[in-house]
Amino acid sequence: MDIRDMTALELGRAIRAGSVGVREAAESYFAAIEAHDALYHCYNTVCKDEALARADEVQKGIAEGRFTGALAGVPIGIKDNICTKGIRTTCSSKILENFVPTYDATVMQRLEKAGMVMLGKLNMDEFAMGSTTETSATGITHNPWDPDRIPGGSSGGAAAAVAARLAPVALGSDTGGSIRQPASFCGVSGLKPTYGAVSRYGLVAYASSLDQIGPLGRNTDDCAALFAVIEGKDPMDGTSADHETFSFDAAAAGEIRGKKIGIPADYLGEGIAPEVKQAVLDAAEVYKALGAEVEIFPMPIVKYAIPAYYIIACAEACSNLSRYDGIKYGYSSPNAESLLETYIRSRSEGFGMEVKRRIMLGNFVLSSGYYDAYYNKALKAKRLISKAMDDAFRRYDMLLGPVAPTAAMKIGESLSDPLKMYLGDIYTVMINIAGVPALAVPCGFTSDGLPLGMQLIGKPYAEAEILAAAKAYQSATDFHKKFPTLQ
Amino acid sequence: MQIDKDLVMYLEKLGRIELSEAQRAATEKDLQDILTYIDTLNELDTDGVEPASHSFPIANVMREDEVTNTARPEAILQNAPNSRDGCFVVPKTVE
Repeated sequence: MDIRDMTALELGRAIRAGSVGVREAAESYFAAIEAHDALYHCYNTVCKDEALARADEVQKGIAEGRFTGALAGVPIGIKDNICTKGIRTTCSSKILENFVPTYDATVMQRLEKAGMVMLGKLNMDEFAMGSTTETSATGITHNPWDPDRIPGGSSGGAAAAVAARLAPVALGSDTGGSIRQPASFCGVSGLKPTYGAVSRYGLVAYASSLDQIGPLGRNTDDCAALFAVIEGKDPMDGTSADHETFSFDAAAAGEIRGKKIGIPADYLGEGIAPEVKQAVLDAAEVYKALGAEVEIFPMPIVKYAIPAYYIIACAEACSNLSRYDGIKYGYSSPNAESLLETYIRSRSEGFGMEVKRRIMLGNFVLSSGYYDAYYNKALKAKRLISKAMDDAFRRYDMLLGPVAPTAAMKIGESLSDPLKMYLGDIYTVMINIAGVPALAVPCGFTSDGLPLGMQLIGKPYAEAEILAAAKAYQSATDFHKKFPTLQ
Repeated sequence: MQIDKDLVMYLEKLGRIELSEAQRAATEKDLQDILTYIDTLNELDTDGVEPASHSFPIANVMREDEVTNTARPEAILQNAPNSRDGCFVVPKTVE
């Protein structure tokens, strides 16, 4: 079996059994990256020398019994907003194009302990602001299923790399759908964990109350195995939660019989493409056949999720991004004389247009005279959204719905109209506002052969439950086993 | 909410950014579209609702006040665009 055809767990088993070498595994991915990534542009930075040196060290560690985990020796791609010591971390922004972190994010330390090997840093929308990966300053990532289409975003490089088999698994981040929507557009699985389940230490901040790091993989077991490595309380992140340890075995059991699944009616209303709706309803039938109860219920708060999300996210973004001043790190304009000019020119020349737009929107909703009408109003909406989610979870074990209203768009289609791009986030942003976990998995294809995704939304810290539900679905279907033919 | 050029320029000032005339005109239109949509939030009845901050009930997170980090001036200055004698260099701020 070709190394790149193996799931991450299969590859991990082969490495532990000695039938595949750690260096051999990494080399087979680098060969594929060299052959294909000029077209798809999943990677901002490829770390071949570092990875091969690390592979030899891990191989030795496995032999000595230091690395015994399920993913020891398995390569991984990392979204370029996660700090990697000594390796450029750009957030796909000109303002950080030469930024080399002096420390590792907590998730990187966890991967290190697990014996994983980083292949490189993956492209994204600039500062994770966007849903297409087109706002990247390093160029567009192309969807492996159709290079004329976007991969989704903001973790577009991560989803495309997993779909194109240019990485067995990847870490992305999800602030309003940035793991789930590209996973859906690229036909892979992706988990947005509960807020606080994974440490954000070393994740370059976009909107701190919403950001969460999570895994992307070819199936739910790979996501579960990677989540087991990265989750858990971290003293370096005061918002990371002290909760019961995640059980991979419970997730991998794939049990769904007797569970109650709710589908918000407002997730199937106006604006959804008929093929997407049908794919989700077909998935509901699969669940009924597997012994789950499925019911459609009203959730009218859905229509207020996008306005609340963009207010909260932009408010936090404009505050978080005030650190880019052209003095401490990052791009500094050579065209500035005074201190104020240094700030203004460095930021104006360093940030792209979407980032500037969100900084201005954030400053607007926080500014004197508008704070109550916008920011405070959004925080009240947040409370109502959380309450609606709590109410739903009193009746159902989990929720099911589409990830995005359509399949992947053509390149250039949404970039010219920011509002249109924002509206595509309707099914994902509410989950971040409520802080609950959600998992995107493939559930069909359009008549043009583009992947479609659905998401399972769980109670706080119920990652194992939604992973198990998705595993049950993947045991009954084979959408997740399809791969695009690369060019 | 009506957006005009003056408001866009005020927001540029708050964000320490400067747009070209063409970007400014496009931003005026984009912000208008976005805020018109955001204003649908006014339909939501939030009377008597407390604003939420954190998604889950987390009380103050306390720890012992122990020094765990060490001074690493070289690391801190490593990414500085301009540094000298262990300090960041900034343009002259007082005459």
